[in-house]
Amino acid sequence: MTVTSSECVENGNSMKVRAAIMLKTGVLDPQGEAIRHALGTLGFEGVEGVRQGKIIELDLAETDAKKAEAEVQRMCEALLANTVIESYEVELP
Amino acid sequence: MKAAVLVFPGSNCDRDLERAFRNAGFKVEMVWHKDTELPADVDIVGVPGGFSFGDYLRSGAIAARSPIVGALKTHVENGGHAIGICNGFQVLLETGLLPGALMRNAGIRFICKSVELEVATTSSDFTNGYAHGSTATFPVAHHDGNYQATEEIRTALLSEDRIAFRYRSDINGSADRIAGILSKNRRVLGLMPHPERAADPVLGLTDGAVLFNALAAVAADA
Repeated sequence: MTVTSSECVENGNSMKVRAAIMLKTGVLDPQGEAIRHALGTLGFEGVEGVRQGKIIELDLAETDAKKAEAEVQRMCEALLANTVIESYEVELP
Repeated sequence: MKAAVLVFPGSNCDRDLERAFRNAGFKVEMVWHKDTELPADVDIVGVPGGFSFGDYLRSGAIAARSPIVGALKTHVENGGHAIGICNGFQVLLETGLLPGALMRNAGIRFICKSVELEVATTSSDFTNGYAHGSTATFPVAHHDGNYQATEEIRTALLSEDRIAFRYRSDINGSADRIAGILSKNRRVLGLMPHPERAADPVLGLTDGAVLFNALAAVAADA
């Protein structure tokens, strides 16, 4: 498969869809805070906030973008995100 | 009296939990995560500590979607008892059997030490063996023990007297210093500290045996 962009890629037979999962606004992110402190230690000034999340990349056989989006949303609700503390966004090609 | 201890790839407190149940008088069966049924006549299901599935995705997330969890949910819906310890607590939260979430410790560090806990309620089959207002010392060993929940859930936990254990001093940033909580019907307990590692004189701590003995008394009456 050829990857033509850093985001999402569609080719004839499959679709690459990303789920971006972040802690909800207002939920304290101790890891993000640690990263912010470390950046300060390295001399990067003016970093006022860091939030750490995760990207999950899925290769789907589905070629219909709407269906793929709905399917990945269901995956996020069922497993990929803990909606108690995390929000998610589905990125389509 | 029968207890079932679930075993996932990466569980590492399953044998300790088995021993604690057995010391209290339970017959214990170990149940592999791929099984779909619990043994007949199980009084209580134990979800042990460890690093199920390597803590991949989120602590307890993959284990909470294992085949055996359907049977666990049915057991709980039918009024059966369950206890989730450490990673087992994380699993119970991920299944939705208990409310809230466990996040990375506020201080980032993995915490491994014995801690003093307040027995926050004695009104449960798990904690009725402790004196009102007493403390208990259990070991903790966790990275993701920072209990958080919405204001609504926290208010409900308080007003319904469902906080079972509190850290005497804040160790991991948990809301209201929560170390363990009960389900609405008070028959499911999830807690980060390890009573099963404090249930045998050989281990130097015995406060946890009170919890398992209290459960055995309930199961014997059933």
